[in-house]
Amino acid sequence: MKYVDVTQVQKRMNGRILKNNSFKVLFLLATIFGLIVLGVLIAQVLTDGLSWINWDFISGKLSTDANRAGIMGAILGTFWVMVVVAPVTLIIGIGSAIYLELYAKKGRVQSFIQTNIANLAGVPSIVYGILGLTIFVRALDFGNIVLAGGLTLSLLVLPIVIVAAQEAIRSVPQHLSEASYGMGATKWQTIKNIILPAALPGILTGAILALSRAIGETAPLTVIGIPALLIPFPGGIFDKFTALPMQIYYWTLDSSLVEEYANLAAATIVVLLLLLFILNSTAIIIRNKFQQRY
Amino acid sequence: MSVSIAKGNTNVKIDTTVMQPTAVNSDKKVVFDTKDLNLWYGDTHALKDINLPIYEKEVTAIIGPSGCGKSTYLKTLNRMVELVPSVRTSGVITYNGREILSKSFKVEELRTRVGMVFQKPNPFPKSIYDNIAYGPKIHGIRNKKIIDEIVEKSLRGAYIWDEVKDRLKENAYGLSGGQQQRLCIARTLAIEPDVILMDEPTSALDPKSTHKIEDLIQELKQDYSIVIVTHNMQQAARISDRTAFFLNGEVVEYDHTDTIFTNPSDMRTEDYISGRFG
Repeated sequence: MKYVDVTQVQKRMNGRILKNNSFKVLFLLATIFGLIVLGVLIAQVLTDGLSWINWDFISGKLSTDANRAGIMGAILGTFWVMVVVAPVTLIIGIGSAIYLELYAKKGRVQSFIQTNIANLAGVPSIVYGILGLTIFVRALDFGNIVLAGGLTLSLLVLPIVIVAAQEAIRSVPQHLSEASYGMGATKWQTIKNIILPAALPGILTGAILALSRAIGETAPLTVIGIPALLIPFPGGIFDKFTALPMQIYYWTLDSSLVEEYANLAAATIVVLLLLLFILNSTAIIIRNKFQQRY
Repeated sequence: MSVSIAKGNTNVKIDTTVMQPTAVNSDKKVVFDTKDLNLWYGDTHALKDINLPIYEKEVTAIIGPSGCGKSTYLKTLNRMVELVPSVRTSGVITYNGREILSKSFKVEELRTRVGMVFQKPNPFPKSIYDNIAYGPKIHGIRNKKIIDEIVEKSLRGAYIWDEVKDRLKENAYGLSGGQQQRLCIARTLAIEPDVILMDEPTSALDPKSTHKIEDLIQELKQDYSIVIVTHNMQQAARISDRTAFFLNGEVVEYDHTDTIFTNPSDMRTEDYISGRFG
């Protein structure tokens, strides 16, 4: 007597195949749902905003007159914020990742820090805004300038950079660093010449994704008090500023007063999406180009 | 050709026909001397009272079943075991008379004199040239001409120069497994060590590549002292001058390879080499 009986198997076969196919359809529908939402969103934004995008809109100054308004101030604001965020997060983020992965003794303290970094990555962004307001704007008395906004956004994305860099460093095979140590290299020589170059694609991918998160953040900037006033173009990190997502926020808020503001917001969204798309594509290109097999 | 001098006799007898290594070896200089070495990984007692002299310009093979401590012992000789955080040692290992387990012997200096070849070929994801140039560069050689010279000399020393001389700028990952392992040997030669430690260097290779590496080891022993851990007893018999048999973290027997394989004094050695266990 065989346990796997042929007639029984045949009897159950149709049911098994039906189940198999229904799950396939279910997963396909889940994917399509996401795609449809994305498609509607983009279509909506494009119909509202595309006709408003021209060179005057990109290069122009802010204005209360919807037909004369431009977003150069917000673009420059976003640019200067990135000038602060990029080096701060890269240096502190990669530095912490190297320390935690390669120097810190594995133990309770290390795993405590590790858990908290993971938790920090999940803290709502508005909480970082309050932290930035307390420390940078008030305690250090920077005021609501680019530096304060940039440092606040740096805090927000640091955990993401640290975790990504740690994973990249961890994925460098042990036998490469062993080969380096085996030739009498110091730890720093091994990190600089072997581990970091091999981990760099992963680190850069994480960093770029973190930057695009920072570019799109609005909540922390509203908390530290970025004005909706007409301010001159920021020329450096010590100037007052506005940023693309802030501009979208205020224009959407005021669209009940001036109807065209909704179109301006949509046009700004197109510009911001384009920027994010370019950044994310860069991350993917870097990842594919430098990905090495060991 | 060998020269043997009869002791207590003014007559010098020159024997040109029969090679009798044992007669010469007793005068050989000891490179590494291990006295009462014990090693623990956490609570696991991995090496127990090891006493083992390793002689200059010989091939010393370390054999034994998996988990017997042979790789651990090898990695103690260049202190690579220290990469395991929970490791503790007691006892003394001297390298040319200097105690190596003390903190005052800088591990970077030790590893410059005692090179290592690993089980799996592990070239860096760099060009063939940069793989070899890595060692000299980390030790402070900046002159391009000198580095070029070291690269050629090391690749020739590992008998791989002719195969790679036209593709030095290509990635080392394009080489076959056997070529990669010879590249790794060349990379070790580039730091001009006295001793080369080899941790099962042919276990990941096909028979033909294995044969090439074994030939290479025979050549290298003219200039280097070699300690090789191997799973393959035929390999130990073919290439080594002395063999140490490890079992459960202890040295069961250490003698000339001929003696170990033809006339072992310990029953366990005999059982192991005749394939009764392990």
